Amino acid sequence: MSRTADTLAPARRSGALSTWFALHLGTAVNALGRVARQPFASLMTILVIAVTLALPAVLHLAIKNAQAISGNWANALDFSVYLKKEVSEDDARQLAAIIDQRADVDQVVFISADEALREFREQSGFGEALDQLTSNPLPHTLVVRPGASSTAQSMILLNEELSNLPETEFVQSDTDWVKRFHAILDILERATAIGAVLLGAAILVIIGNTIRLDIQNRREEIEVTKLIGASNAFVRRPFLYTGFWYGLGGGLLALGLVAYGLYALEQPVARLSGLYNSSFSLLSLDLRESLSIVGAGVFLGLSGSWIAAARHMRRIEPR
Amino acid sequence: MIRIEDVTKRYPTGQAALKNLSLTVEKGEMVFVTGHSGAGKSTLLRLIALIERPTSGQVIVDGQNTRRVSRRRIPAYRRQIGMVFQDHRLLYDRPVFDNVALPLIIAGVAQREAGRRVRAALDQVSLLHKEKQLPETLSSGEQQRVGIARAIVSRPKLLIADEPTGNLDPDLSLEVMRIFRRFNEVGVTLLIASHDLALIDQLGCRRIPLVDGSLQEDDDEDVVAEYVEQLEAERARGELP
Repeated sequence: MSRTADTLAPARRSGALSTWFALHLGTAVNALGRVARQPFASLMTILVIAVTLALPAVLHLAIKNAQAISGNWANALDFSVYLKKEVSEDDARQLAAIIDQRADVDQVVFISADEALREFREQSGFGEALDQLTSNPLPHTLVVRPGASSTAQSMILLNEELSNLPETEFVQSDTDWVKRFHAILDILERATAIGAVLLGAAILVIIGNTIRLDIQNRREEIEVTKLIGASNAFVRRPFLYTGFWYGLGGGLLALGLVAYGLYALEQPVARLSGLYNSSFSLLSLDLRESLSIVGAGVFLGLSGSWIAAARHMRRIEPR
Repeated sequence: MIRIEDVTKRYPTGQAALKNLSLTVEKGEMVFVTGHSGAGKSTLLRLIALIERPTSGQVIVDGQNTRRVSRRRIPAYRRQIGMVFQDHRLLYDRPVFDNVALPLIIAGVAQREAGRRVRAALDQVSLLHKEKQLPETLSSGEQQRVGIARAIVSRPKLLIADEPTGNLDPDLSLEVMRIFRRFNEVGVTLLIASHDLALIDQLGCRRIPLVDGSLQEDDDEDVVAEYVEQLEAERARGELP
């Protein structure tokens, strides 16, 4: 009994670490319990966070898929090699055979000047006007399809070599608009990043506000614990864990929303790519992207509650 | 244990709750601060608990001048003092055990050691069998005993109590005081604010009477005697019926 008079120095003895760990675990579980005890209000908060996180994730996915699709297009682009007028049909056919031998070429289709004119007459509707011509103004044309393993680099090289052939008048490729398309996608991606930052700020406000209400509701508890010697860090901790759980829940639910969206789009996309004889299927979030979304949720949850706690906790002092 | 030196506490309204108060409480004493409400009893305790700071003067508790305890050090300072409140100030969303354990959790005491000490504290206020109940299910007297267990669980050298029997009937009040007495017997210094003069007389402890924020020079009996004398004098002069 005489020990009653002992000083209570803050007891940091052996096992302090496990005590510290047990304290954090207890606080975390308690905070989770609190979140779970108000299922409707908590779910609302988590849902708002999830939607706000899912929005930029969906935009990012859309851009990623567009890049993947247009990447396929770039490889499927043909070069139209227009030969000089003086090249004879036989020479042209020979040249086609030579080009076809190249490793980086998949296929060469020869279109003779006569064929081209006939096709043009049928499709353009200028039939009668063309009849007025005394000679065929069109050259022989080779349509060169690059190999499936072509890269942007090898395409440029092929383009150059085809242009440098003595028989070539000029080479036309359709890669230009693909480049423009990619430039547009880059801009969209950056816009998405900017939007994500703004939405992140919105999440900070949402969580901060939720925690602020929580602090107000637990004012008495905060006062009492401060009165019996709790530090600000101790009083703040449960609120930080609450923010952590909101952020984690929001992040995971965001992944769920995105996954559900992809699942819903899977069949229509498969049907569409089937119509194009393509095996394209939607890209989903990879592990790194998924972790970043959950990580962003947790980070924003912790920061939001930290800001709210720092702002409102200081004002609550025992009366 | 407590030295109050020429302390004045003036509130922003201009009203002085304490005026040039000086007093000393020795180690191991059990002392009552008495006086009407508004006499400055609570203010005195609030200065000791560092809920407020004096406008002027020194408050020295266990050798520490509270003036030198920075805002950041206040929690550690408060952990050395046990506090009991008139309205208990328990946390009503958790059971008795958790309420009593709170100071130990704050101080970072290991779980097993904490459990042992909580039970010891509850045993001292005879509430061991109610550790799992929520405070709301307890009577007012029992709630106050939970508050006392919480105050002593970290074995403070000093315990301050603001009207601990204010809401209790005489029997329960006496029981609470007996519990305080037992702590005092093992060396705890107690400073208790109370206006329950009959009860204090029963215990025979030193009294610090406050009147309007200052020490009352005379003993209570003298004041009463003086007052009676005055009344009789007035009656003799025919000023009163």
